[in-house]
Amino acid sequence: MKLHNIAINNLRRRKAKMVFLVSGLMIGVAAIVALITTIRILSEDIAHKMDEFGANIVITPKSEGLSLNYGGINLGGVSFDLREISESDLDKIETIKNAANVRIISPKVFGIFEHQGQKALALGVDFPAELSLKRWWKITGEKPSGIGQIVVGHEAAERFQLKPGSQVRILDKDFQVSGVLESTGSQDDQLFFMPLTVAQKLFDKEGKIAMAEVAALCHNCPIGEIVTQISEKIPAAKVTALQQVVASRMDALHNFQKFSLMVAALILLVGSMVVFVTMMGSVNERTREIGIFSAIGFRKSHIMKIILLEALIVSVASGVIGYLVGIGATRVAMPFFTEHVSHFSLDPLVAVGAVFLAIVIGLIASLYPATAASKMDPSEALRTL
Amino acid sequence: MSYIQAVNVVKEFGTGDSRVTAVRGIDLSIGQAEFISIMGESGAGKSTFLSMLGGLLQPTSGRILIGDVDIYGLKSDKRADFRREFMGFIFQSFQLVPYLNVLENVQLPLAVTHHTEKQKRELAVSALERVGLQDKALRLPNQLSGGEQERVAIARAVVNEPPILFADEPTGNLDSRNSNEVMNLLKRLNSEGQTIIMVTHSRANSSFAHRTVEVSDGQLSATSEAASQFTVSRQAAGAGA
Repeated sequence: MKLHNIAINNLRRRKAKMVFLVSGLMIGVAAIVALITTIRILSEDIAHKMDEFGANIVITPKSEGLSLNYGGINLGGVSFDLREISESDLDKIETIKNAANVRIISPKVFGIFEHQGQKALALGVDFPAELSLKRWWKITGEKPSGIGQIVVGHEAAERFQLKPGSQVRILDKDFQVSGVLESTGSQDDQLFFMPLTVAQKLFDKEGKIAMAEVAALCHNCPIGEIVTQISEKIPAAKVTALQQVVASRMDALHNFQKFSLMVAALILLVGSMVVFVTMMGSVNERTREIGIFSAIGFRKSHIMKIILLEALIVSVASGVIGYLVGIGATRVAMPFFTEHVSHFSLDPLVAVGAVFLAIVIGLIASLYPATAASKMDPSEALRTL
Repeated sequence: MSYIQAVNVVKEFGTGDSRVTAVRGIDLSIGQAEFISIMGESGAGKSTFLSMLGGLLQPTSGRILIGDVDIYGLKSDKRADFRREFMGFIFQSFQLVPYLNVLENVQLPLAVTHHTEKQKRELAVSALERVGLQDKALRLPNQLSGGEQERVAIARAVVNEPPILFADEPTGNLDSRNSNEVMNLLKRLNSEGQTIIMVTHSRANSSFAHRTVEVSDGQLSATSEAASQFTVSRQAAGAGA
């Protein structure tokens, strides 16, 4: 017979109370686990979706002068820099420390041609990368599937009266318009998009590119460091982070996390109140029993140990069950929030955190009841003496 | 030679106009291995006095000496240790812990001692044998009769063989047959050397003691030696059984 036998026997033989106590704390822990897991998955999902929403790093050749272009309005001089960087340099991006964060690299090459007596701008792109980067593109017709097919911007199609299936001759080479972009409100509306290799060959820029757009997954990744790492690998290039895009993405995530933390704190408070009230009720209910312990020679610390040991057992059980219930609830609820359920994985840190949290809440909430029990006047508690 | 000494012990409850004096300056000496009975009407202050003698209730003034130790001069934890080592308590209504079985209830005072688990078990079994309940060791208190529960309470009180036993109305919830068994058990323990201080309403129970003190309105009102009565009463109890 040791103190822990008293605590264990009390919980074992008062199953209803044990179940109530565990349930109270377990619900709190489960809610927090569900919330944290949901936040993590949704944050990743939001980050993923936002990262899909365009590039956040632009790689261009280094230029000595300042750009004379603002908001798409050319203020004189050249409208675009015709200097290039080597296409093979882009392979070096895969060797940077944060390479895993780089999701899309979309190289581009420009070329000017004349069609129906008017000058036009052709853009050679890697279609799979470009389409992945620009999810908002809506194409009337088909996506290009061969080297002889191009996509035409909305304004360019109107100006040259092109539609899917039309033939276009660019620098003595015939192309079929596989699709026409719906209006994007950007410079893309004025361009002819063709496969990168075709454009490089057509405009005599084989192995060269004019710029590259990069989408880095930036949820918890240091965009500034990625920029530095790319700059170091490609010294001839000017690497620029689109700070506004990055900042807005991070702001959105941070706001979401702040809200979630507030909700979690509220649930935590309610959970600890449940434990406190239940433990206090349990102590009051066991007044006589505590009086007996005290009368037969248990020290205050012995009585506190019994109460806190019970709280510890309840807390560990609540933490483990709460974690499993929370994870289960998240798994059930997740398909309603996102299609990216494949991201779902068990996080040992959350598991350990849940049990630790339950223990901390359980012990803190039981500290006052345990102290009150230990200070109970034995003769008052027994009343009969 | 005094073993336990109450020196001008006073106990007041409440403050101001609601102040009540439960014990008004009692002086009492109890010898080693003495069996003393404290009698009095309800509210006379006898249970309060017993609590103070047992180190459970701090007197407002006065001293309780056990041997040469002033028990209220000890700090709370030391006093708890002293109770555990030197005192056993038998409460009215048995006061067993409902979720512990008989063996566990008896072992309760040993839960915080340095005995090995084997020693604890042996001491508890031995205590149960002394009260004749060794065959009911694994039962829960609610599976026992009132008399059996009281005997378990006695076994718990003597398991660590304390020199002093305090009993508060030990037969208050028992019928006459069980009362007699319990009183004989207490008498036997006393004859084995334990000092017993018992609060009771019953003259018959009181007759088992060497001495009876009466408390009235918080003061000692009478003392009587009960040796002759004990013999008569025991014969009467035996005839009635």
